[in-house]
Amino acid sequence: MTLTADTSPGTARGTARRWRERLLSGGSWTVLALLVVVLAVIVVINPSFAEPVSLMAFAKKAAPLVVLAVGQYFVIVSGEFDLSVGSLVGAQVVIAARLIDGEEALTWPVLGLMLAFGLLVGLVNGLVTTLLRVPSFIATLGMMLVLFGAIRLWTGGAPTGALSEGFRVLGRKGFPDVPGQFQVPYALLVALVVVGLAVLVMRRPFGRSLVAAGDNDVAATYSGASVWWLRTRAFLLSSFLATVAAVLIGGYAGVTAQVGQGLEFMAITAVVLGGVALGGGRGTVVAAMVGALALEALFTLFNQLALPSTIRPAVQGVIIIVAVAYAARRRRT
Amino acid sequence: MRPIRALLAGTAAAGLLLLTACTTDAPTEELPAAETSAAEEAPAESGAESEWFVQADYDKELAQRDIEPEGPADEPWLQAIEPEWVDTADLASDGGDKTLCFSNASVSNPWRVTGWITMQQQVEVLQEEGVIGEFRVSDAADDDNKQISDIQAFVEAGDCDAIIISPSTTATLTPAVEAACESGTPVIVFDRGVNSDCMATFIHPIGGYAYGAVGAEFLVDNLEPGSTVLALRILPGVDVLEHRWAAADKVFSESDIDVVGVEFTGGDGAKIKDLVTQYLQRGEVDGIWMDAGDGAVAAVEAFEDAGQPYPVFVGEDEMSFLRKWDETGMTAIGNVYSNFQWRTPVLAAQKIWAGEEVPSEWVLPQEPVDDTDLAEYLDANADMPSLHYAKFGGEDLPGYPEAWTDR
Repeated sequence: MTLTADTSPGTARGTARRWRERLLSGGSWTVLALLVVVLAVIVVINPSFAEPVSLMAFAKKAAPLVVLAVGQYFVIVSGEFDLSVGSLVGAQVVIAARLIDGEEALTWPVLGLMLAFGLLVGLVNGLVTTLLRVPSFIATLGMMLVLFGAIRLWTGGAPTGALSEGFRVLGRKGFPDVPGQFQVPYALLVALVVVGLAVLVMRRPFGRSLVAAGDNDVAATYSGASVWWLRTRAFLLSSFLATVAAVLIGGYAGVTAQVGQGLEFMAITAVVLGGVALGGGRGTVVAAMVGALALEALFTLFNQLALPSTIRPAVQGVIIIVAVAYAARRRRT
Repeated sequence: MRPIRALLAGTAAAGLLLLTACTTDAPTEELPAAETSAAEEAPAESGAESEWFVQADYDKELAQRDIEPEGPADEPWLQAIEPEWVDTADLASDGGDKTLCFSNASVSNPWRVTGWITMQQQVEVLQEEGVIGEFRVSDAADDDNKQISDIQAFVEAGDCDAIIISPSTTATLTPAVEAACESGTPVIVFDRGVNSDCMATFIHPIGGYAYGAVGAEFLVDNLEPGSTVLALRILPGVDVLEHRWAAADKVFSESDIDVVGVEFTGGDGAKIKDLVTQYLQRGEVDGIWMDAGDGAVAAVEAFEDAGQPYPVFVGEDEMSFLRKWDETGMTAIGNVYSNFQWRTPVLAAQKIWAGEEVPSEWVLPQEPVDDTDLAEYLDANADMPSLHYAKFGGEDLPGYPEAWTDR
């Protein structure tokens, strides 16, 4: 269940059959098929979606979830959960808005502070899970509530202040910077860099040990890996990427009271949709990215179909369960 | 075994998130009699189809917009539209240092935060005058059950000289409010109502129908026939918001405006921007109607980023929107759900203790910000944060402006 291309030579017909088998076989390839199908349906309903400008707008919207899904991937593949990322995104945007308060000169210092805060949250999540042996589900659920409550306390219930234009460039602007024309959003570049680095990291000894720790932590320990430090680093990566996502989301739409709500659920869904096993040990980071794109495409499809908003969560839930069940078929045999 | 356990945990997490996210109950029992009769009278193909639409209330609220309110013009929070004064002598009590109790639904949105600050400032004034001794507050954080027990606690404590209630939802809170009335303590309800008239006074601005109609009429007046309008709503099932849309829907249905979409956004800026961007990909949008101003700026930015001309825009009197409106020079209106109403209950308590008459239903004026007074409100609130509301009505309180700027 990897995305590594089959290198053995074969005839064109053989290649086609292999692809068909892969796409229908379940696992990571299923989500790719889902993504292609959803995008195709959107284009059939609304041909203008296939125009480069619209595709780039989609990429800009989807980039933060891709970044979050990569962060969640590190944690899930190591056998844990991070439920605190949604609250962390919300907290970071609110902190940034309040401290920057429209002051351009404060952009960089506040970004630095956000980075430090993000890493601190990740470190606490990691150490509480690994050293205090609190299940990550509880530890990060607690962190989610702590962040949510602390931000409410700090702001008196609703965010104040404003983000600077400089802060918003990454999430909102693109190259070349002409509104309405084709442009490559900076958010897309950020997401590509994040995915690229994540792929490299997963090929390094760290990545391989992380998967091993998720698969069987006892065996990983016997083989000489320091499991607690591996998992703590996974939490650090998750919180760091949540901070990056916060910069993108804050940049995209500015600060509102609801920013970040429910993102942890979406990130976990994206990762699972990508065929990454909950409980760890299986799945690739690229598949997690495709899962995030498929989820965002699904939301776009719902909009295009003008589905009543009341029925959307139900449809979304059914599609996710079916997709994951289908992807899990081979695992059972 | 392991993945199964993890999946169980994940399911539990999802359930927990859903539980914490939505605890609002949709009050569906409001005025059942009036609803059915109005629905029968209503012409087909209009907003009157909505189960939330009550023709009589709609007509009343639209008429109230043109009625000159009684009371001092420079203190709109003390004005009342067509008040029916009731004697409160039996609720009067001597002496100062009263204990004022306040059961707040929540401070979970910027509108409520702004009003809450204003209310505290008003209480401080009365505390210095010796009218109020203790100001006891409980915040229900949008939880009906918590608010019911908050109110019960006030009643059981027995030492509240007046109870102010800002109900979280209508139907669910009604019995708790009635129980508070029965205790003999003066009860003052404001903002959202309950299905009872037991309280000493019910304070609220004109209401949702007027709010929704003002914006829709503005779009009809400022757009060519056949123009397209996108309606952005926060969430379904809450009466104050449903009334806004029901009125707008009625106005649109009687005009040549083409409503291309009605979307729920949860007030989330990212979602608003994404939705508007997608509508712009599919075709032109000439006007935006919003049932509350949260995230209005994100919608305006979607037009900017798509390189499209600005739409005719119905926002709210939130500063971020007013500033964006001023910067861009677009055709817009800032709808108002009078934030200064948060002062009125405190002053009403003072009147009741003094045995003065109060209106049984205290309808406060509700006037939108338009391009004639935009500059005035921008100027007056120049130092205010972006999520502040222009018509907060606290300029004459001693804590002004620090209490609102340093929040």
